[in-house]
Amino acid sequence: MVANFISLGPTSFMTHILAIDTSTDACSVALSANGTVTGLFELAAKSHTQRLLPMVEELLHQCHCGLENLDAIAFGRGPGSFTGLRIGLGVVQGLAFARRLPVIPVSTLAAMAAGYWRRNPDAAVRPVLTSLDARMNEVYWSVYRACSGQQTPEQVIEEQVISPASAASAMNDWEEAFDGIGQGWHYDELRSLDPHTIEQACYPAAEDIARLAVEAFTRGEAVPVQEARPVYLRDTVSWKKRTRIRS
Amino acid sequence: MRVLGIETSCDETGIAVYDSDKGLLGHALYSQIDVHAEYGGVVPELASRDHVRKILPLIEEVMAAAGTEPEALDGIAYTAGPGLIGALMVGASVGRALAYGWNIPALGVHHMEGHLLAPMLEPEPPAFPFVALLVSGGHTQLVEVLGIGEYTLLGESLDDAVGEAFDKAAKMLDLDYPGGPQIAKLAQQGRAGRFTFPRPMVDRPGLDFSFSGLKTHTLNTVAEHAGPDGLPDQQTCADIALAFESAVVSTLVIKCRRALEQTGLRTLVIAGGVSANVHLRSELTSALTKIGAGVFYARHEFCTDNGAMIAYAGCQRLLAGQSEPLGVTVRARWPLDSLPECKVNK
Repeated sequence: MVANFISLGPTSFMTHILAIDTSTDACSVALSANGTVTGLFELAAKSHTQRLLPMVEELLHQCHCGLENLDAIAFGRGPGSFTGLRIGLGVVQGLAFARRLPVIPVSTLAAMAAGYWRRNPDAAVRPVLTSLDARMNEVYWSVYRACSGQQTPEQVIEEQVISPASAASAMNDWEEAFDGIGQGWHYDELRSLDPHTIEQACYPAAEDIARLAVEAFTRGEAVPVQEARPVYLRDTVSWKKRTRIRS
Repeated sequence: MRVLGIETSCDETGIAVYDSDKGLLGHALYSQIDVHAEYGGVVPELASRDHVRKILPLIEEVMAAAGTEPEALDGIAYTAGPGLIGALMVGASVGRALAYGWNIPALGVHHMEGHLLAPMLEPEPPAFPFVALLVSGGHTQLVEVLGIGEYTLLGESLDDAVGEAFDKAAKMLDLDYPGGPQIAKLAQQGRAGRFTFPRPMVDRPGLDFSFSGLKTHTLNTVAEHAGPDGLPDQQTCADIALAFESAVVSTLVIKCRRALEQTGLRTLVIAGGVSANVHLRSELTSALTKIGAGVFYARHEFCTDNGAMIAYAGCQRLLAGQSEPLGVTVRARWPLDSLPECKVNK
């Protein structure tokens, strides 16, 4: 599946930010140039290493932009597939180090929320429960609310890795209508929350990462590439027990 | 031609700068041994996470030590396999993107070709053709080498790799990971002749190896002499370590001699992590010089995984005009004899 999209964002900063995301089965790249965001998006399960740099090259060519024109590189810093996050950050490390550029880590869950509202502006009145399947009967989970006047959503519940049942029970007292987005919504425990709308086929996309990154960049949140790290959420401690061979 | 080499196939991050005119200009290695030791083996996810943290600081450090500005680099070589797929992806993604960012060619290097060519970094390198004994944690192979990329597999292990057998035997003796150096150290206190372990497959023709029987024999010997805590006394452990190491070494010596006889070649190159084993080096050298053959190996630090061998191997292939497209391919498995020839260096 290949989808090209061009949209005019509300920002018009004189900045060029390249954004990439490989945190799920989707592989996407986008360029925010003076407020215009151009993106390429593919479903590329197991072929991110083959697709990512060719997509970057194609995008830059299409936008008549060279690496030397970039001001920063943004990336989906997680949560998501561990390997996917490292492929994305690896490419960002190479590009940003080579071009001496700062980088902007963007939450994949926040990007999903922003993307959902971009496609469904009327839904922005409701909070959105974002969920990616973390396997082992857990989901990456967070809740966002749209903020007027900016693309970056407000985080209502902190990003976490949690069982669908625990995520659902924490939401039981929630009285307001809400939407559910992302692959994690295949779990029955989550579906029993009965959201206003469920959009399961919702992926983080570089286009939205680019839009959030422009705001983060103007807030001064770019960091040296040497400091950029994936956000795995599931840390070493949780699987130490399973992999430990000797006590 | 000046090449930056990146190695991340397992639990070591290796970076180097090699220049085809000036030789090795700088190299550094970060070993994750401490990270994995408590698990008794490499945990792939931990390895990948550590490569992400270490790779850029090491590249900065090595380029500074090598006095090399980005403009002076002509290419980038990264290990593309075989190895841990997630670990390989880190070095390959960074390496390929760096090359794109600097607008220079990139090349994915076969990890075992890197090992095989590591002795070329020594002041007196071997000349082609030769027989190579590749011995590491994942490989035990005898290869006929006519030139770079001209490899014929002569024999290999039908089960465990030598390094793997060392690690497993070390575990039986309750030694730390990685087991090879620990067994070798303990074996120094062993008494020769207390135990004699079988030399697997030496009585059969051919150049294949098998180490699983030796492993079982070691396990049985440990169990037979075990005290109340499940382990033999310290001296017996040392005797077992020596018997094990001797059985491995003499098996390798017999097969190497046979490989030289079969091919009619007069040069043997030992490469890979196990080639750091002092006992193996001295036995091979003394046995093969007796039949008039020369034995070559890399300095100790280039026997185990390192970036220098990747920079060197990549440089040879880049000089021959080979390079990779922007799409990155890494391989957990990758037969050495499927590599293309590298004509320039013949």
